[in-house]
Order: sequence, then structure tokens, then C-alpha cells
Amino acid sequence: MLEIKNLQVKLEDEDKQILKGLDLKVEAGKVHAIMGPNGSGKSTLSYVLSGRDGYEVTEGSATLNGEDILELEPEERAAAGMFLAFQYPVEIPGVGNMTFLRTAVNAQRKARGEEELSASDFLKEVRAKAKTLKIDAEMLKRPVNVGFSGGEKKRNEILQMAMLEPKLCILDETDSGLDVDAMKLVAEGVNALRDEGRGFLVITHYQRLLDHIKPDVVHILANGRIVKTGGPELALEVENNGYAGILAEEA
Amino acid sequence: MALPEVKQSATEARLSALTLPESGCLKAARQAALSRVQTMGLPSRRDEYWKYTKPDTLVQAEAPKAAVFHADEAPMFNAFERLNIVFVDGVFDAEASDDLELEGLTIDRIEDICCKDIHWAKDLYGVLEARGQTPVERPLAALNTAFASDGVAIRVTGKVSKPLNFTYVHSDENSDAILHHVIRVETGAEVTILENGPAASRFNKCMEIDIADGGKMHLVRAQGRDHERRAATHLFARLGTESVFKSFTLTVNGVLTRNEAVIELTGDDAVAHIAGACVGDGDFHHDDTVFITHDAVNCESRQVFKKVLRNGATGVFQGKILVKEGAQKTDGYQISQSLLLDDDSQFLAKPELEIYADDVACSHGSTSGAIDEEGLFYLRSRGVPHAEATDLMTLAFLAEAVDEIEDAEIAADIVSRLEGWLARRR
Repeated sequence: MLEIKNLQVKLEDEDKQILKGLDLKVEAGKVHAIMGPNGSGKSTLSYVLSGRDGYEVTEGSATLNGEDILELEPEERAAAGMFLAFQYPVEIPGVGNMTFLRTAVNAQRKARGEEELSASDFLKEVRAKAKTLKIDAEMLKRPVNVGFSGGEKKRNEILQMAMLEPKLCILDETDSGLDVDAMKLVAEGVNALRDEGRGFLVITHYQRLLDHIKPDVVHILANGRIVKTGGPELALEVENNGYAGILAEEA
Repeated sequence: MALPEVKQSATEARLSALTLPESGCLKAARQAALSRVQTMGLPSRRDEYWKYTKPDTLVQAEAPKAAVFHADEAPMFNAFERLNIVFVDGVFDAEASDDLELEGLTIDRIEDICCKDIHWAKDLYGVLEARGQTPVERPLAALNTAFASDGVAIRVTGKVSKPLNFTYVHSDENSDAILHHVIRVETGAEVTILENGPAASRFNKCMEIDIADGGKMHLVRAQGRDHERRAATHLFARLGTESVFKSFTLTVNGVLTRNEAVIELTGDDAVAHIAGACVGDGDFHHDDTVFITHDAVNCESRQVFKKVLRNGATGVFQGKILVKEGAQKTDGYQISQSLLLDDDSQFLAKPELEIYADDVACSHGSTSGAIDEEGLFYLRSRGVPHAEATDLMTLAFLAEAVDEIEDAEIAADIVSRLEGWLARRR
């Protein structure tokens, strides 16, 4: 589904190489986790894949179901099935959460040549999905993420994911700023979306999120490269020994 | 003191093109206003109060020609019950208007004030305008009082069931309209007044609003789309105890618009909200000049102005809160912001506070900025195309001002007009 080959990325504004030849393959139906120390390039990877400005790809490629996504605008990547759950969801005062969701859902449908959802069908769907994430009607009416707690913001990300039904979901440190209960709720939301046609890339610092979202494959990212790949046991190893041991071993 | 020669001759040139209307009992008020104009002289670009806005075309004897824009979208404020009052190029159109009868208020034309012996109107006409000449001179308002050729006197005595909707039609490309309305909201009475339309090639409009204790008035204006029109408008409002005045103005297009609001809070616990949103593209100059005087205890005033500017458009905001001695517990808030969609547009802001009481809370803020890139990327990452995301962010920027409109249906009309404007520029 997602295939990244020798991806090399530098910051646009300064001469700083962040990703230094990253290779990664995420298959449909699988959950891949990426762990790594601060500054290893985890967030850069998620931003480059979703098309944020400020990064320059100097080498390599990234394809989603065979389509080169690095050439696409962010909205085209979204329509192609890419979804990034932000580490820090953005507050947009003045845009109602519901309006935002409906605009996004229908824009993607339109881009794919599908019919737009009617107002009542949309409402039905969003209410049902919001309920399982314990998002109340009040939160749907409020401006996007404005005045939301950390947990509410992350639940709102998962609601968007559920409504947009992407093919590839990237979760960028979705556990940051969450207490245990909120993390469980978010993980349940994600698990409900696990499907044989959908791939997940879960980026995290800590093993604890992976207790709730069980990965099939775990990668260790360090200094802009995947340095080790293994099963779920690799996450436990990080938890017990830290990154230092693994990095020393790979050096 | 003699006026500078240039000002003197510009004033004389303008006055020579006008004649005082025959107006019986208003004659004294009109003549007093005329002598105010002669003493002050009409604005010139050297005046401090006109530093950011060139008054030349508002002052010159002939109105500059302005093409009539043949509207390609539905008229505003049409989806709900209202009483329609129509002016064409500044002249009342009885045929197009509804019968001016509605429970809870009386409406008369100003030309009938004398023959119908409408005391309250005679006693109000020109009075708030004259009070509003200090500490800052507003000569175009005095010119209006002297020469207004039409307008209405509205006395509100009860809770009016539906809004009054003024539609100002522009049909002659050389029209030069001077309209003056006087409005008295009696104790406990409530009314909503709507205004829309481009009005004239050059429009000088003055509204004097006197709100008695516990009275409420909402005013929502949509200044129309004709690109070459010019307007200088003045709102003078005096608020009694526990009264409320809320005004919102949308300005779409127009080559030059200066909206002045002069608000006096004279009774305790009064509330005044003055808001505005404008969208300008290219040859567009929009000036909001507001002067709010707190002269009573525990009053609240709020100014919220948002301007979206592109292709070299200019926005101006001059807003002042004056808190007089003894006006304790004043709560004054003022925000003026511009969204500059390119590097060619500019926003000039002059926020001022002048406070003579020691137990008050006043704040003001002014910003200029581009579209928030973080928000834009967030929307796009969810599949919203760039142009649509930009429009959403623009509407979001204007929302704080639009939110000042209490009635949801009226606000929806304003938003759809904004959406239309944005959509035509995709």
C-alpha cells in the first residue's frame, strides 16, 4: 500500500538533512509502528507524507497504491486515501466542526468522482460515529478544536478519520498529552477502523500506546533511517532498555 | 477663525451646488447646520481626522459618475417577514415600499414632520449630529442635516414584530443622495432595522438614534456591491439607562466608504456594540471611524471590525473610547483586524483610549496578517481544496464580527453574501 524508497528530506529553509534514505513498506491490513528518539525524523516523515510546506525531498520516492504521492497537493493526497492524525491538531476559530467535517467529506467524494453525502445522511453518520468516541453534540457544534481539551482534540482527529475512511492512516504521537482513559478511548476508535483494506502507520515515543493498538511490525527510526525492524517484542525491548542499547547494537 | 483658503473655496464650491430644502419647522435646524458647515469647512486631506482617507470625492460639487451594477444575486433580507421601505437614488419610492404601518411604531417622511407636527422628531433632527461635532468635527454630517432631501422619522413605542428593511436602490449613474433618518426608541421598546443596497453614486447618509431607558435597537446594514459607488455615513446614537444598541455593517465593494459611528452612553448599564466586516478587492477604500463616549456608570461598549483586503485594497480604522470622569465600571472593548490576502493591500489603524475614571476595564487590539498557514494545511490535509480552504479561513476570520448579529436568519444572509463574494473570486 505505502512504499517508501530511499527517502531523503531536508528542511527547505536551512541546510539540514532530516531523513537520510528511509525505506518502508506498509501493507494493507497491517499496523506498522515507528518508534525512535527525539529528533530522529518521525514527525518529519508524517509531514512529508501529508504534504506540508517547508520540506524538500532530495532523493527517493513514496507511493500509495502505486501512485507517486510526493508530487500531489495535500488535498489530492487526502483524496487518494492518506490521513494524518496530527500530534497537535490545529484550532480554527470561526469554522464549525460540523461544517468542516462535511466540507472535507464532500470535497473528497467530489475529487473521487463520487456523489456528495446528503445533509441528513451525513448527520446520521457523524452522530453515530461521534457517539462511539464519546463526542457530544456540543463538541460538534463548536469551532474546530477551539477550547477542546487535549483528549477531545485527539478524539476529534479519530472522528475525522472515521468519517473520511482513508486507506492509509498515519498517527503522529497520538498518545501525547493523553491520560490512560483518553488513550484507551482513542485506541478503541483506531481499532474499530482496522480493516484488511487499510494500513496504519503509528508513530510514537512510547510502548504504552502499542499495548492498546497492537502493531504487526515495529520499526526503530534513528538519525533519519530505519535501523531495526521486528515484531511487537521490539517495542518491549525499547521500553525495557531504551533506545541507547538498540542503537549501539546497530552502529 | 478664518478657514484656510483651499478649504474655504472647496466648501463654497460644494455649498453653491446645493439649495436648502423648504422645510418649515426644520428651517432653524437646517440653517444652524449650514452655519456649522461654514464655520468648520468641509474635510480636506490635511485634516488629522481624514489623514488616511481622501475626502476629495466626497466633498467635490458633483458626484463622480458610478456605473450601476446589475445585481446577479437575490436581494438581501428576503427570506423572512419584514416591512420594506425603498429609496431609489435617495428618493422615497412609495410604490415599491410597503404601507408604512406596523404595530409598535410610526413612520413618517421627514418632509411631513412639520405638517404633521411631529414634536419628538423636530426636537431630535440635527441635535445628536450637533452634539457629535465635539470634540471632533464631522462636517459631512452637518452638511447632511442642512441639505438632506429625504428620509424618515421612526418612533418605536412597543416591541415590533418584524424588522424594517430599507433598500437603497442605485439607478442613475450620476446620483448624489443625501438622506437623513431620525429614530426614537421609547422606554422598553424594541426594533430591528435592516439596510441594504448601494444607494447612489455618492451617498451621504445620517442616522440619529435616541434610545430611551430600557429601549433596544438592532441595526444591520449591507452596503451594496456597486464597484464605483462612494458613501459617507454617520450614525449618531444616544443611549439611556439599561438600553441596548447593536449595529453590524457589511461592506462589499464600493470605491470609497467612510462609516462613522458616534455613540454616547448617557444612562447607567447601557450596552453598545458596533461591528463591521468588509471585503475589498482592488480599487476599494474602506474607513470605519468610531467614537464612543462613556458618560454613565457600568456601561459596556464593544467594537469589532474585520477587514479582508486584496489586490491593493485599503482599510482604515479609527476607533476611540472616551471614558468621562465618573463613568466608573466601564467595560470597553475594541478590536480591529485585517486579513491581507496579498502584499499590495494595506490596513491603517488608529485605536485610541482616553480615560478619566479610575475603576474601568478597557482593552484594544489591532492586527494585520495573512491567512494562517497552519489552519490552511490542516484543512487541505483533510481533502479541502486550496481555494475552498482559503475561503473557509477567510469566513472564519470574519466570524467574530458576524457573530455580533443576534438573529440567526439575518446573520445567514450576511454570510451567504460573503460566500458569494468569495466564490466569484476563486
